[in-house]
This record gives sequence, structure tokens and C-alpha cells, in this order.
Amino acid sequence: MVNIIKSRGDRSLRDLVDLEKGTVAREIYVNEEIYQQELEQIYTRAWLFIGHESQVPNPGDFVMSRMGEEEVLLVRDRKNKLHVFLNTCRHRGMKVCRYDDGNTLLFTCPFHGWSYDTDGALVGVPHHKAAFHEELIKADWGLHEVPQMANYFGSIWATWDPKAPSFLDYMGVFAPTIQWCFQSTDGEDNGVELFNPATKWRIPTNWKFPGFSFDGDSAHAAMTHRSVNVAAIGPQGDMEGGSRAGMKAPFPKTSYEMMIPELGHGGHNYMFEQPGVSDYADTWQTEPKEVDEYYRETRAKKQEKYKDVYLHAGDGGTALIWPNVNIQPQRILIWHPHGVGMTESWRQYPVDKNAPKVVKDAQRRYMMRYGGPTGVTESDDMENWNYAFPASLGTVAQRLPYNFQMGLGHDFKDDRLPGMTFNYRIAEENQRARLRRWLEFMEAGSWDDLYPVNPKKNTDK
Amino acid sequence: MTTNATDAAIERLLFEREIEKFLYREAELLDDRRYNDWIELIAEDIHYHMPVRRNVKFGEQHRENSDSESEISWFDEGKRTLAGRVRQINTGLHWAEEPFSRVRHLITNIQVGDLDGDEVPVRSNFYCWSNRLRDEVNVFVGTRQDVLRRDPETGFKIAKRLILLDQNVLLSKVITTFF
Repeated sequence: MVNIIKSRGDRSLRDLVDLEKGTVAREIYVNEEIYQQELEQIYTRAWLFIGHESQVPNPGDFVMSRMGEEEVLLVRDRKNKLHVFLNTCRHRGMKVCRYDDGNTLLFTCPFHGWSYDTDGALVGVPHHKAAFHEELIKADWGLHEVPQMANYFGSIWATWDPKAPSFLDYMGVFAPTIQWCFQSTDGEDNGVELFNPATKWRIPTNWKFPGFSFDGDSAHAAMTHRSVNVAAIGPQGDMEGGSRAGMKAPFPKTSYEMMIPELGHGGHNYMFEQPGVSDYADTWQTEPKEVDEYYRETRAKKQEKYKDVYLHAGDGGTALIWPNVNIQPQRILIWHPHGVGMTESWRQYPVDKNAPKVVKDAQRRYMMRYGGPTGVTESDDMENWNYAFPASLGTVAQRLPYNFQMGLGHDFKDDRLPGMTFNYRIAEENQRARLRRWLEFMEAGSWDDLYPVNPKKNTDK
Repeated sequence: MTTNATDAAIERLLFEREIEKFLYREAELLDDRRYNDWIELIAEDIHYHMPVRRNVKFGEQHRENSDSESEISWFDEGKRTLAGRVRQINTGLHWAEEPFSRVRHLITNIQVGDLDGDEVPVRSNFYCWSNRLRDEVNVFVGTRQDVLRRDPETGFKIAKRLILLDQNVLLSKVITTFF
């Protein structure tokens, strides 16, 4: 066990996170030293979401992304290969790219003019002959590239740790959920593209408030989002009461919190009691009829494709992939750490790539008015995540632990989905799973301590 | 100046003054939280658009503001959604704006175009200060490109509003005011 908090004598992080009791010291959300350790222990080791191949369709295309606090570039090189590079010149550290996206032949540093090919190779160094005397070995000074990158059904992921397990091992039984999230609504793999650009905004709070509670906190909806229902501005437009109930077509399925505590992933998914997927539900009656027709048609195709298959979690399931990205069929939510008390939230929206414009427009407009800092629903989340932070900073406040006891001890297994742990759909099991993995990452000396995972008591039930 | 030219200049000044007064009045309604009165100034067919501002290479300025036809914006909506936002604030349960923030819109650099039928293009800059709870401060600075339409009851209605907020990463957690 590694003692992280050096200034606190022999206290260890394990004293701060009590998963048996479901209590967590506020310190882990507000302590600067712990935050710095997170950047090292978590963000340089974990597989992180980078973007989607549709953002860089052509050779030379690039888009700015981010891993932890640091900017990275997702680039399609001139031979069509994808790369993820740290956005810093190897000479004196300047950003080699200051554009959000674009197409280029070279990344030329504006400081001294070192230039890099789209495959990261250092190709141009001013005064290489006269001043460096041709002694600089360019091959050693290319852009710093991630040692591991994965393209999983169009979604791009990367880790800084060469010893991290493969992406599929990292995902465990959550891999199919990610695959399904990047399917088009007719159930075809690689069926989506992302709308541009990503939206990015700052929330003055620790990244774990949104990162750990999103998709692990069904309990918040009735209270946090009360105004949405009262004002009748929910997903179905002006429907009385704003209820989402009308969206759900009857189908024998049960919603659970589903997670892999050993890996830290968790989401809200369905256990289907019969093969196939539910009928189309009227969701688009306030949009042109072509939208309704399109989604009705794609639904029918998906039903046909999966009529004999149990598609647990394949019909609207969500996934929080440890540590900081939430993948849903139509939304990707990323919570980047940006200082102990600041989160930079990034949001991207997938849509069926072959859908007609009228459908893409309807989908896009719905997502814009629903989500993010200008969305009618999510703006209230921001206020709560924001002010939980300063209210946890006080000397006295820090003596009081957070309560993560909802559903504690009521987790269970189901043979139909081996490897997955379940709890009631309103629980804090997902959050406890993240906290458990958090503790393991913070204590681990290397990936040797993190994988293969060590099944612990709450997975043996 | 001939009398006719003077008359025309005075008429133009009065017209510009009328538009300035309309924009100041609009800002006052927002700052006084009279959202039900503010929404009355919005035309039924308004396009209210605040694009995301990109960092783009020289020569690609046409891509700087996200495109309302195909891309993601901060706001890209019509009156129905704006009216829903007003209803939401008026529930008293919209936590991001409950209690109310202290918001002040400073409207400057008003430039009035030529009347075309009953519509006139107007540009203006805004400095919007928002102070919330004890010490939260959010500042929004940018420019607006409006189309105002003559209206017998309210003087004008806002038929089109493009809002260019001078930020890339939005430095505030939410935008719960209107511009």
C-alpha cells in the first residue's frame, strides 16, 4: 500500500475511503495533493476517450483533444493512419498546434520553427546544419505519441501507459455496451458520426463530482430536474407534465445499475426478459414527420436484426467508463480534471451517419436544448456539482464524510450477464465501484497491481 | 444643408434613437427579470443563435463560428424553446437561476442599418455582468447581429439574433440569461 498523503503521517487513503461502511472523506474531492496524485496515478495509466474517427475523415485532418489536464492531437496522417500526440514541441515545449481542428501538411512550432509531419516525425529544424552541426538526431525528437491507441467501432481511445492491458481487457464485459453506443439506430456497427464541434465549458468543482455521479445517481433526477417537468420542457416538447413515460414502449425489461466494480465501469442498463428490442416509441411528434418515419424505420430494422438475440444493455444502455467518460447512444460526456476545484467538461453528440439532413437537424436541435451549460435540463446539474465543492472545503465540513450508502450490501449477480454486478436502478453502486477503482489506482505502484483484477468480496456473492 | 436634407437627417436620428431605446428597454426587462414581458418582444419566427467560436487557421475564418445548418451551437432555437426557458425560470425551481443572479446588460456600439420593408438590421455589442449567490461572477462579452421588425404594439420585435460570444471554452458553468 502506498501512503499518498505524506503530510498526514501514517494515514493512508484507505482511511479516507471506507467502502464497507459507504463513507468517504471529503478530503479526496478537495485536497490539492491528492489531486496531483490523481493526475499521475490515474490519468497517465487509464485508457481515456480521445474522439471519433469521423472527426478526422481525411489525410492531414486533426482535432484537438485532451488527456487529463493536457492537450493532445488526434491526427490522421497522410498514409491514413491515426495518431494521438501530446501537443508540445520537443524543443522548448510550445504548443505545436493552436487550432481546434483543421487539415495540415505539417505541424510547425511558432516558437523556433521545428516542424513535424502528420505521423509525428520531426522533419524540419532551422539551422540544422549551421547551428546543430547536423548532430541532432531527428528520429529521437518526434512528437510524443501515446504508446497505446485503440479504434473501437470508430471511437478512439488511448493510454499513456505501455503496460496497460489491451483496450478490450480494460473494458471487460462493458465492451459490447460501447460497441452498441456507436451503432446507428438500425443496429449497424460503426453507424454514427459526431456532430462538430465539441462543446467545452468549465464547472468550478472537482472532476469527481460530475465524473463519479453522472450515470450513478438516479436519485438526483426528481429533485435536480424538477423545473423541467414543471415547465413542461422535457424531451417530448410541450407534453403535459413533461413526462418521459410516453417515450417508453412496453417491453419486458428491468432497469438496473450495472457495473464491474473490479474495473470501475458502470452504467444504467436493461436486463431483457425476452429476445429482441422494444417497439418504436413516439418521441419526435414536434418535429417534421420524416424524422418520426426515419426512426420508426430504423427501429424496425434493428428489431428484425436482433429478434432472436438477448440484447441486454443494447437498447439505450449507458456506460461510465473509468475514470471520466460517459458513453450513451446519443451523447458522449467527458469530465476533464482542470485543477482540484475545476472541471472542463467536453460534450459530443453522435448521430446516424446515413440519416437524412432533416433527421440530423432534429437530433442536433434536441441535444442542444437539452444538454450542456445552455441546456434546459443539465444547467441545474451544474449548479449542484458546483456548490457541493466549496461547501466541502471548510475545516469543520471536512470532518464530515460523504454518505455513499444507498443500496449498500444489496448488490447481486445474474447468470445471464456473467461478470456484471447489479443493484436496483436507483442506487449508489456505480459510484462505489468508481471509488473502489479510484482507491486501487491511487495505491497501485504500476499496472501489475491493477490487472488482472483481483475479485473481491462483493463480486463473489 | 437644405431643409429637405436636414429633415432626412433628423428623421434618421430619430429612427436610430428609437432603435436604441428599444434595445435599452429590452436589456432593462431582462435585468429587471421581467421575462414574460421580454418574451413578448420576440417574433414568432425568431432564429436565436449563439454559435460555438472555433480557433481556426488564417484563411479559414468562415469556419470560426459553428454553422446553424449542420453544427453544434450554444443556442440555436426559436421562440418555443425560448418561451420554455422563461417558464422554467418562473417555476422558482430552476436551481441554476434560483435564487436569481444579479445580471446587468450593457448595450453599446449600436449600429443601425437601412430599413428594408418593415425590417432593419442592427448590430450592437454587449457586456453582460452576472453575479450570483455570494461571490460568483460570470462575464459575457460579445456582439449581436439582429434583425428587428416593426410591430404596432411593441415598436419592434426581434426577428433574428446572432450572438457572437467572445469565448472559445465557455468559462461559465451555465448560461441562464438571454442576450
